[in-house]
Amino acid sequence: MSRTPTGQTRLKQSKRRWEEETLAPSWKRFPPRLPEFTSISGHPIQPLYGPDDLEDFNPEQELGFPGEPPYTRGIHPSMYRGRLWTMRQFSGFGTAQDTNRRFLYLLQQGQTGLSVAFDLPTLMGLDSDHPTASGEIGKCGVAVDTLADMEVLFRDIDLETISTSMTINCPAAVIWAMFLAHAEKSGFSWAKLRGTLQNDILKEYIAQKEWIYPPHPSMRLVTDTIAFATRNVPQWNSVSISGYHIREAGSTALQELAFTLRDGIEYVEAAVRAGLEVDEFAPRLSFFFNAHNDFFEEIAKYRAARKVWCRVMKERFGCRDPRSSMLRFHAQTAGCSLTAQQPHNNIVRTAIQALAAILGGTQSLHTNSMDETYALPTEQAATIALRSQQILATESEVANTVDPLAGSYFVEKLTLELEKGCWDYFEKIDAMGGMVAAIERCYPQKEILDAAYGYQQAVERGEKVIVGVNRFVVDEEQPIDTLAIESGVADKQLDSLHRVKASRDGTAVRRSLAELRRAAATDENLMPFLLSCVKAYATLGEVCEEMKQVFGTYQEPVF
Amino acid sequence: MSEKPIRVLVAKPGLDGHDRGAKIIARALRDAGMEVIYSGLRQSPEQIVNAALQEDVHCIGLSILSGAHNVILPRITDLLREKKLDDVLVVAGGIIPDQDIPKLKAGGISEIFLPGTSTQTIIKYIEENCGAASD
Repeated sequence: MSRTPTGQTRLKQSKRRWEEETLAPSWKRFPPRLPEFTSISGHPIQPLYGPDDLEDFNPEQELGFPGEPPYTRGIHPSMYRGRLWTMRQFSGFGTAQDTNRRFLYLLQQGQTGLSVAFDLPTLMGLDSDHPTASGEIGKCGVAVDTLADMEVLFRDIDLETISTSMTINCPAAVIWAMFLAHAEKSGFSWAKLRGTLQNDILKEYIAQKEWIYPPHPSMRLVTDTIAFATRNVPQWNSVSISGYHIREAGSTALQELAFTLRDGIEYVEAAVRAGLEVDEFAPRLSFFFNAHNDFFEEIAKYRAARKVWCRVMKERFGCRDPRSSMLRFHAQTAGCSLTAQQPHNNIVRTAIQALAAILGGTQSLHTNSMDETYALPTEQAATIALRSQQILATESEVANTVDPLAGSYFVEKLTLELEKGCWDYFEKIDAMGGMVAAIERCYPQKEILDAAYGYQQAVERGEKVIVGVNRFVVDEEQPIDTLAIESGVADKQLDSLHRVKASRDGTAVRRSLAELRRAAATDENLMPFLLSCVKAYATLGEVCEEMKQVFGTYQEPVF
Repeated sequence: MSEKPIRVLVAKPGLDGHDRGAKIIARALRDAGMEVIYSGLRQSPEQIVNAALQEDVHCIGLSILSGAHNVILPRITDLLREKKLDDVLVVAGGIIPDQDIPKLKAGGISEIFLPGTSTQTIIKYIEENCGAASD
């Protein structure tokens, strides 16, 4: 595709000729439908892309081969011909027992990995008997207060064969300690455990807003888990650097890409500062992206992400192990794209988004259920969501060849533009002193809010269409069945928490918590201390509170 | 014409941190000429009602996506009655299933806006139902 200057000139001349002689007259019959065409992120889109858009494009450098740097075409040489992506449906509700039952059902339906959703008190490091937990127990995920809950949650699940992802952030180290303690007690070898801890606190400050401690001690907890995983749980993904929530908060595709990768840089820098070698831990960093409605922009985003990360790891961090520069990612379809209006349409949205993630080379995928603007999914809705992936994997034949959109003038051009935009954002954030500093001055937060507000206005002006919301609206909606969390969940959970508290060795709990507090004030790795606490059945809330005494709490600046 | 602007408290009860909706609504109400106080995240019913009292607002807009609405929203409306703030218009938005709506409305939430509601609809509703503002 790279051509001699004369070749380029000729291409441009012939494009101009086509525009004047063929395109222009056609506008007279069919004037443009819109004053300007943009991606869902507001990025301008041309009427036609051709070889002239890829001037100086060197496929060998820009694309390479799958499984080789810069990994634009995918991180595995054979991609889905060898092994399909992992179909990993995020799920959790009620008590550990309720969720364990759903896990066993999903595995029986052909799901190939687990992904745990925790309830909000757990996500915030609070026990179920904390006053603010009232009304929230088991609502948007499963309640986990102590190791006893973890034991029930994973009952009858072989942790050496099934990989487990845990979406938990500010108290991630504690929940992981519970998981590791359960695995150990069940006789599973830590060396064989495979899974992912989300553990991405930076995107919490930026987008999802679930935090306990200020950024610096929070980053220390992240580096402690990275270091512990490196030495003791080598197949574990210690951080899942997440753009998903950034996008859900209303960012553009480019902001999602740039802020996520810049968060990644921040974690690598922190771990290096903590004394780790890049190649010791970088292969176990993974990423998590959104799969939104704009099909081509999303595909370009994933391709650009791999390419940029590869260059970052090589040039900025001098990694030698090729696995350090491979960006592996999980994708989830966009929750924020789902509509409460005509909810069955969400099945179609999700399928299109899932296809983008697959054509973009994802390693694992969650497809949302159609009823999620109302409540957690019913079993039927969750099954359709899983079936959508299975149809894509088997019937559509899209998994037969690697990176099928490579060489598309449009997709390659978009990939280049997103890549360029990403480097520009890096430069700005570097100039601010890095991502923590940028967060402290609310830079990414403001950028996202502006984008979210701009999109909302475009929808309200009718410039961006949402079917069933501002176009093709019906007056009478047909109600759908939704899942109700049975009211007994809170009582059951409180009951089991009280039983654990009554039966544990109080002295061992107090001793382990005191040890943790002492260590928190030093720079020792906290994982062994957290393991002692949870093995003594200290509660999540007790452990988080103990660290709060040393670390303090975070207050979001007003912006 | 010197009509007193409508004062609105946009508040986020519950433990979830999803503030995209609340912040967009706050900005849209401000752009429509209202005075908006944003509570910040994870406010207890008591904090919200106290803020409403102190700020002397005409309207409270509650955003909740955590699923705890059936517990938290009635507590807020009960507290408002206790503090004799019944004349404050209370509206809510978020992830709220249809079957929960009648009970919440009976408890004193005037209107519930589901995902997809335009900010213009919300502005219009508040303008039409905040009689107190022009006093």
